[in-house]
Amino acid sequence: MTARFTTLTGRGVLLLANDVDTDQIVPARFLKVTDKAGLGDALFCDFKNSYGADFPLDRPAAVGAEVLVVGKNFGCGSSREHAPWALVAAGFRAVVAPSFADIFRDNALKNGLLPVALADADHAALVAALTADPRIALTIDLATEQLTVGAPSSLRASFTVDPFARRCLLEGIDELGYLLSHLAQIEAHERAQEPRA
Amino acid sequence: MFAKIWDAHVVHQDDGAPAILAVDLHLVHEVTSPQAFAGLVRRGLRVRRPDRTVATMDHSVPTVARSTGGGGGDDGRAVLTVLDDAGKIQLDTLARNCAAHDVRLFGMGSAQQGIVHVIGPELGFTHPGMTIVCGDSHTSTHGAFGALAFGIGTSEVEHVLATQCLLQRRPRTMRVTVDGRLAAGVTAKDVVLAFIARVGTGGATGHVLEYAGAAIRALDMEARMTVCNMSIEAGARAGMIAPDDTTFAYLAGRAHAPTGAAWDRAVAAWRGLPTDAGASFDAEVILDGAALEPMITYGTNPGMGGPIGAPVPDPDALGDADERAALRRALAYMQVEPGRPLLGRAVDVVFVGSCTNGRLSDLRTAAAVMRGRKVAPGVRALIVPGSEAVARAAEAEGLDQVFKDAGAEWRTPGCSMCIAMNGDQLRPGQLAVSTSNRNFEGRQGQGGRTLLASPLTAAAAAVTGKVTDPRTLAPEAAV
Repeated sequence: MTARFTTLTGRGVLLLANDVDTDQIVPARFLKVTDKAGLGDALFCDFKNSYGADFPLDRPAAVGAEVLVVGKNFGCGSSREHAPWALVAAGFRAVVAPSFADIFRDNALKNGLLPVALADADHAALVAALTADPRIALTIDLATEQLTVGAPSSLRASFTVDPFARRCLLEGIDELGYLLSHLAQIEAHERAQEPRA
Repeated sequence: MFAKIWDAHVVHQDDGAPAILAVDLHLVHEVTSPQAFAGLVRRGLRVRRPDRTVATMDHSVPTVARSTGGGGGDDGRAVLTVLDDAGKIQLDTLARNCAAHDVRLFGMGSAQQGIVHVIGPELGFTHPGMTIVCGDSHTSTHGAFGALAFGIGTSEVEHVLATQCLLQRRPRTMRVTVDGRLAAGVTAKDVVLAFIARVGTGGATGHVLEYAGAAIRALDMEARMTVCNMSIEAGARAGMIAPDDTTFAYLAGRAHAPTGAAWDRAVAAWRGLPTDAGASFDAEVILDGAALEPMITYGTNPGMGGPIGAPVPDPDALGDADERAALRRALAYMQVEPGRPLLGRAVDVVFVGSCTNGRLSDLRTAAAVMRGRKVAPGVRALIVPGSEAVARAAEAEGLDQVFKDAGAEWRTPGCSMCIAMNGDQLRPGQLAVSTSNRNFEGRQGQGGRTLLASPLTAAAAAVTGKVTDPRTLAPEAAV
């Protein structure tokens, strides 16, 4: 699959919790699927019960939101790629946090779900802007690595994405295709290593 | 050590691109592989190196016979029935994919079946110096052998199936030194829970850990696996321990370990793997092993833990507003009161098993506590061996009988209640002391609550019916 991301202008939804683990994103009982589709309903389905009344994603202002704004270390825990699959199935195209767990970030990038890591101050300003106006427009431009809030913009924040992942998303480069184009080197490396084994 | 293994496995690296990293061993299970095999087939590709690929069934396999009228298998055991159609389809899909791609599969009914991170080392597939990946975050377990082992997502599983390589950025390194000697009653599980409590659940993000120091060197291989297993719970990509004579003694004679002259050559190479004196790390953490105590978690991530006799922290005492809110939320979910220890808290379920603590030494530890004692009234205790081989070894020592005599359930191997995909799960509101690796909300069953601890502490809870410091039990039970 070739994942793509260039720019996005859409609404955001705030889910202000730190260390949201992948068991909260998609509980394990929904992992018995053999395809990637249909996980949208599983997204946060237990977490919303324990979060308390008025789960942010169920509010009217969240309908159609494409940017999920969360706390630090989002996606910690298991390696399940079902987490980004469920977020994508529920309509999200970017997740904004102060930091991400490693495997979640890599999995998200491979599915065109952009993990946007903001500096703490920028994240706090974004949270304040979204709290003041939940329907404010967010624009994420991967080419310039800028997130802007409102039009005209009331906040402009920079972020960085791994340069190779960024190029793959912008240009539609298929990572597996890239690997396959290096098969000759891979075979040579194996020939050089294996006599030692 | 990390740098030596990394450098030896970089096939190629373009400017501005991640390294193409060669993978020596790819472990596969039913949950994170179906979409990867499907992607492979869509491209008209086959598994490139089936000889470096090993599959097992573990997450969804039942650990008890469900249909009592189902009769027995060839070996006289009751037939296991998968919980639901979805699980069965997933297991069948793995079997079909492995057959179509000539991948070795240790499926249900195989004498080598077990949790992927138990059977890899047990069968001698895991060697020092290897790169090992699996679509499972606890792949870090294999780092106990001085391998670079880490969990990957399903897209990456497809990449490895297709090319036996991965695109990887070089991670940072962190050394975790545990000095001194562990006190009686303090186990490998307590060491790693203490480390995670120190740095937090995201404290090692972006790093590969190397565990070092006298307390680590003194651990046997199964204990080292417990430590490395939970590296991911601090956010680390991987955790490693330098190979030594303990490592080589464990590996010698295992089914897929080298033999003869190849063994001698391998050991000579492995002796060159440990980190050179004076090497620097991007971060250092030091723990005093002698000061560690049995640990238990009180919250909803593995970093929310402390010594078993310590009071649960008070959210109001935390300076950071986010941390305060997180702890308040966690304690509300756990129905735990701050300011006092968990000791004496009644428990409903005790789970001994998982890729963290489902090995023979873990079962011996639990059995030592439960021998001659009874599981407390109202408590359900599940003992789930990590593999068929662990089950057979435990049965040969009579450990199964100890557990049954105590009133615990002796199950067949699988991930079981660690991830609660196979029907072994907590009911809403139940509180468990568990030897597994995650206490996330609902991890062991919707609405269930988990206290993570060592097999020793778990067994002490089973026989007393409450959270108990294992050091306070009668001396014959102490390890």
